[in-house]
Amino acid sequence: MTIRKTGVFGAAFLLAVLHATAAFAQEAAAAVGEVIEVAEEVVPSIDTGNTAWMLTATALVLLMTIPGLALFYGGMVRKKNVLATIMQSFAITCLMTIIWFVVGYSIAFSDGGGFNAFMGGFSAVMHAGIGADSVQGSIPTYVFSMFQMTFAIITPALIAGAFAERMKFSAMLWFMGLWSIIVYAPIAHWVWGGGFLAQGVMTGGMPVLDFAGGTVVHINAGVAGLVAALVLGPRKGFGAVNMAPHNLTWSVTGAGLLWVGWFGFNAGSELAADGLAGAAMMNTQVAAAAAALAWMFAEWIVTKRPSVLGIITGAVAGLVAVTPASGFVNPAGALIIGIVAGVVCYYGAAHLKRMLGYDDSLDAFGVHGIGGLIGALLTGVLADAAINPLGEGASIVTQAYGVIVTIVWTAVASFVILMVIKALIGLRPSEAEEEQGLDLSLHGERVGD
Amino acid sequence: MKFVIAVIKPSRLEHVREALNALNVLGMTATEVKGYGRQKGHSEIYRGAEYEVHFLPKIKLEIALDDGQLDATINAIREAAGTGKIGDGKIFVLDLEQAVRIRTGESGTTAL
Repeated sequence: MTIRKTGVFGAAFLLAVLHATAAFAQEAAAAVGEVIEVAEEVVPSIDTGNTAWMLTATALVLLMTIPGLALFYGGMVRKKNVLATIMQSFAITCLMTIIWFVVGYSIAFSDGGGFNAFMGGFSAVMHAGIGADSVQGSIPTYVFSMFQMTFAIITPALIAGAFAERMKFSAMLWFMGLWSIIVYAPIAHWVWGGGFLAQGVMTGGMPVLDFAGGTVVHINAGVAGLVAALVLGPRKGFGAVNMAPHNLTWSVTGAGLLWVGWFGFNAGSELAADGLAGAAMMNTQVAAAAAALAWMFAEWIVTKRPSVLGIITGAVAGLVAVTPASGFVNPAGALIIGIVAGVVCYYGAAHLKRMLGYDDSLDAFGVHGIGGLIGALLTGVLADAAINPLGEGASIVTQAYGVIVTIVWTAVASFVILMVIKALIGLRPSEAEEEQGLDLSLHGERVGD
Repeated sequence: MKFVIAVIKPSRLEHVREALNALNVLGMTATEVKGYGRQKGHSEIYRGAEYEVHFLPKIKLEIALDDGQLDATINAIREAAGTGKIGDGKIFVLDLEQAVRIRTGESGTTAL
């Protein structure tokens, strides 16, 4: 399919979807109006302290993607693919914003009626029924939705690390768009929106604990990334050609933005400016530093030289691993999580990957998949009810259940979506385009000489 | 006229330039290049992916000379660019058929 046909087809499809959902939303709005009248008897109100923090946390998490992840990944690819890599983060941010606004939020967080165990409904399509005065907990609903939107943005952006340097831009947009609706929003609903993992179905009423997105974001993105890396196949010349990072100073800058932004990610997941948010912040910092040092020392021992790429990746691995645990463990637990993540993810990214021979370009699975897995499981082991009473009853079995369910759904659904797109428009650029560099061949632009 | 191409270690560029200026060789072109002769490269490891890098950064100097300056120039370059270690570089000498100053149109040795 030519680019033009894809564009026209895409626009027509989008318009059809919007038209249908707008009609849906008008009907649904009437129904929601009734619900709001009943609720007004209770009059939930806004806590300005919490709201101020959540507005800030939302901004921090958005910075994690643009430009945090964009720079982190951008610096790690070859110069001829920098712009294409950064474009993925930026374009995904824009696309996910619209999709989340139109339908993602509704699927993740509205009541799905009979299907609520598996997905929300369409009552909040286009944020119908939500106004400036709507409240979710103690913050405005718009702020809650925005905060969650930034998670819906960064999750697909993480996947891009697995297929860096060899994915067609149009195919990527289609994949991310469909994935956010079919995979991300439902899983977010299962864990955070009142779905079956939150209800503790199959785990004796004990919910799967995921404070800020170990399963929803990291295992999800990591596994989807692995599937994508396998379906697309390796980069041309993988194993033979020099594919060294072209500018690690950018990657360090990106890592810094990710680390600081992660305070919004983890501490913000408390949805309040309180002691637990403070604990989450402390846990985040301790785990990041512990993992960074653990990776650095592990690498130092194995290769005789500690590396910059290693220490920043270690920090990210720690941040990933502590994500589900940040509001459930104490800092000593975070220290353990960090050390384990640093060592295991180093092994996964630097050795297991080479042994198994798959080309996960920027270690989306090695860091986010494996790190998320470690964190999700250790949450079951290290949860401290003194930090968060909701952690009472945590078990590694419950956590494992949540992890397996997530892995299965994301792996299968991602695979199907990829194969459908592959059949319709293809996933990879041509060999010549890949050789020339995606910046020039896909975007007609390049960075300097 | 002669055209001298000298591939030298980047850190020696300024020494060579000063040495040549002392001989009244006042113009040259320097390019950043990569190359190797007998000097071994190095390896880089990025998250377990190891790359052998054989081509090392060098500077290529190109200098147009009057025949009479050739020997002194070669000696000056050897003196200034040499460190006594493998990787110091090489000097190549070509016959230069013509040279023209763009601004004035002068040609031959007056253009040098």
